[in-house]
Amino acid sequence: MTIPSNILTLLAGVAITLVSLWYGQNHGLLPVAASSEATQVDNLFNLMMTIATALFLLIQGVLIFSAFKFRRQAGDLTDGPAFEDNIPLEIVWTAIPAVIVFILAVYSFEIYNAMGGLDPVNSRDPGPTVTAIAEPNTLVAFNPDGELALGIGVSPEDPAQQALAPLEVNVQGLQYAWIFTYPDTGIVTGDMHIPANRPVELNISAADVLHAFWLPEFRLKQDAIPGRVTKLVFTATRLGEYPIVCAELCGAYHGAMKSQLYVQTLEDYQQWQQENSPEQAENTEEIALNPAELSPGQFLAPYAAEAGISAKTLEAIP
Amino acid sequence: MTATESPTSPAAVSGRDLGQSQRKWQDYFSFNTDHKVIGIQYLVTSFFFFFIGGALANVIRTELATPDPDFIQPELYNQIFTLHGTVMIFLWIIPAGAAFGNYLIPLMVGAEDMAFPRLNAVAFWMIPVGGTLLLSSFLVGAPQAGWTSYPPLSLTASQTGQMFWILSVLILGTSSILGSINFITTILKMRIPEMGIHDMPLFCWSMLAASVLILLATPVLAAGLILLSFDLLLGTNFFNPAGGGDPIIYQHIFWFYSHPAVYIMILPFFGVISEVLPVHSRKPIFGYRAIAYSSFAISFLGLIVWAHHMFTSGTPGWLRMFFMATTMIIAVPTGVKVFSWCATIWGGKIELNSSMLFGLGFISSFLIGGLTGVMVAAVPFDIHVHDTYFVVAHLHYVLFGGSVLGLFAGFYHWFPKITGRMFNEPLGRLHFALTFIGLNLAFMPMHELGMMGMNRRIALYDPQFQPLNVLSTIGSYIMAVSMVPL
Repeated sequence: MTIPSNILTLLAGVAITLVSLWYGQNHGLLPVAASSEATQVDNLFNLMMTIATALFLLIQGVLIFSAFKFRRQAGDLTDGPAFEDNIPLEIVWTAIPAVIVFILAVYSFEIYNAMGGLDPVNSRDPGPTVTAIAEPNTLVAFNPDGELALGIGVSPEDPAQQALAPLEVNVQGLQYAWIFTYPDTGIVTGDMHIPANRPVELNISAADVLHAFWLPEFRLKQDAIPGRVTKLVFTATRLGEYPIVCAELCGAYHGAMKSQLYVQTLEDYQQWQQENSPEQAENTEEIALNPAELSPGQFLAPYAAEAGISAKTLEAIP
Repeated sequence: MTATESPTSPAAVSGRDLGQSQRKWQDYFSFNTDHKVIGIQYLVTSFFFFFIGGALANVIRTELATPDPDFIQPELYNQIFTLHGTVMIFLWIIPAGAAFGNYLIPLMVGAEDMAFPRLNAVAFWMIPVGGTLLLSSFLVGAPQAGWTSYPPLSLTASQTGQMFWILSVLILGTSSILGSINFITTILKMRIPEMGIHDMPLFCWSMLAASVLILLATPVLAAGLILLSFDLLLGTNFFNPAGGGDPIIYQHIFWFYSHPAVYIMILPFFGVISEVLPVHSRKPIFGYRAIAYSSFAISFLGLIVWAHHMFTSGTPGWLRMFFMATTMIIAVPTGVKVFSWCATIWGGKIELNSSMLFGLGFISSFLIGGLTGVMVAAVPFDIHVHDTYFVVAHLHYVLFGGSVLGLFAGFYHWFPKITGRMFNEPLGRLHFALTFIGLNLAFMPMHELGMMGMNRRIALYDPQFQPLNVLSTIGSYIMAVSMVPL
């Protein structure tokens, strides 16, 4: 029995569509989403993955099919059919990608806006501020006048972010650690604690070279730039412990520049606040150490275990 | 103009009309002005640097086989990936494109030689000089700020090596500018009178588009690097925030060249593929004008997308949106090319020889790089994967899966013409099979690594990422082995 080729083409098209729709939702390539914005980014990626899978299967299918079906027979020295163009076909395959990228661009714009990327206060470029880097390795007050800053600001669609006053945290990157300062309580710490379901506003800066503050589970990243303040505003919706990664090359131990973000219930967060406020003196000793006085090896020692550095390697560091 | 040179001109006497067999080996080590000699000089030199860059890549992958920085010191690791990137871009893919351009363009347009033969030889001889300078930076402490050399890191780490790097890239960039002037002039002015612009082979169109980009973008990089060297040597503060400079300006200047550089590296091989596919499918190219004009569309759009490398940097929201839109539009002319190539092989009489295998492999893996390219253009997603292994995977699918496979397709296609000898066909096929398996094994897992949270340019990483990294390292070893049949 021979099946007409247009029916086969139709079946192939249906199969490609179904496989793409399924894989677009089930690729399992992203870590958990810990905020509502992260879920929106994932939806965008799933759509792109669906389209990409369809195009991937279509083109690879054409290549493999051609490589088997249109093989030259041994001894055949004639040429193939000499068709050189097909204007309607070319218009179709120019128009379809154009429509696809138009949809993707509009959708991306919507999501970026929903993330607060177009917030009029927190996503503009005020230019460099020289004052922020008065002396290397000193913590300075960032954004003292509350001026405009670069980055991702308040989401216009998130009522939680609109209603609650955000928790401000000053984040400073330096070779090779993150320092978090809480202006409301004066806490200075090497890992970050935030309460769930309350907007958090990060003022990000760098003491020496470029760094980038990355929260993979929140799909958020912003470079820390010496001489400038950049912003990230987000609301965590999922309790847990998440990695904080430096994503911009900052020197030899760039890979070891990591920290942890703890998203806690309000009670746990308040308890942590009490235990760590500057009046509880025993912790400040360790926190106030000046990285400039330590060799990289000494400095890295407390982080070695979580960064996966063996003791032997640590000794080899000068 | 040399087109009207009499046969007794010095260039002709120096052996232009000699056949391949009469050529002495000394010619290839001298200041020869014959475009074929220069083409071969470019090709051999770039292959030499390809093996060095490949060896550096395998050192990187060996280090990354384990989460600890145990194979080499982290400083050395940073030096090695900096030089791997620089060598592969400036000493392998760009000169290899110039190799095909030099050898083929005069033959394709019917010119006796390139428009400026002596300039051509000067442009070539800057490559070994720049390359030697770059590699000798290992002796003084190689640069460790990545091939992007962002300040302030590039101003503080390995300063002498950084200066070597700047000088070397300036020399290689100048060579590239001189070459592009030659290509543009030859293509536009030295075609035989009967050949209109729409009669040119598509390779000429793509070299023309790439050369225009070189001419417009490379001087901007040179300006940026000269300012960076002032900051390094003279203590100025153009980019140094400690003195009130702005490191973001450097990023804009750098990417104004370095994004077009991607098209400078891929466009010549779009042209190569457009020559290779019709021959081995025994069919004319499908959509000649669409392919020709889309090269220029890519070239133009390539000039206004640079800030998509800075979506997480110091860029305001409106600027991210603008560059997202322009970047996504590039998918349209690129898609036109891919569809036209598919239509070219469709219904043909395909001979699956080494050249055609690499040609089909090119479409297959460049497609993946193109699809992920649209993904990283979308700002919300790029914010997540920027500076991660997802981007490493994307760029290697474009530059290795695209440019390098296209280069090998052209290499096998024109090898008999260039050398006058036939290569060993089964070895060529083995080379393809190993390369194709190796490249997918090495670069495919990187997509997942990046999305799951592995950042790039690191010598030590979280142990949870080890299995996929081991897979990737095995892939890189297979690629190293694949070069043996070559």
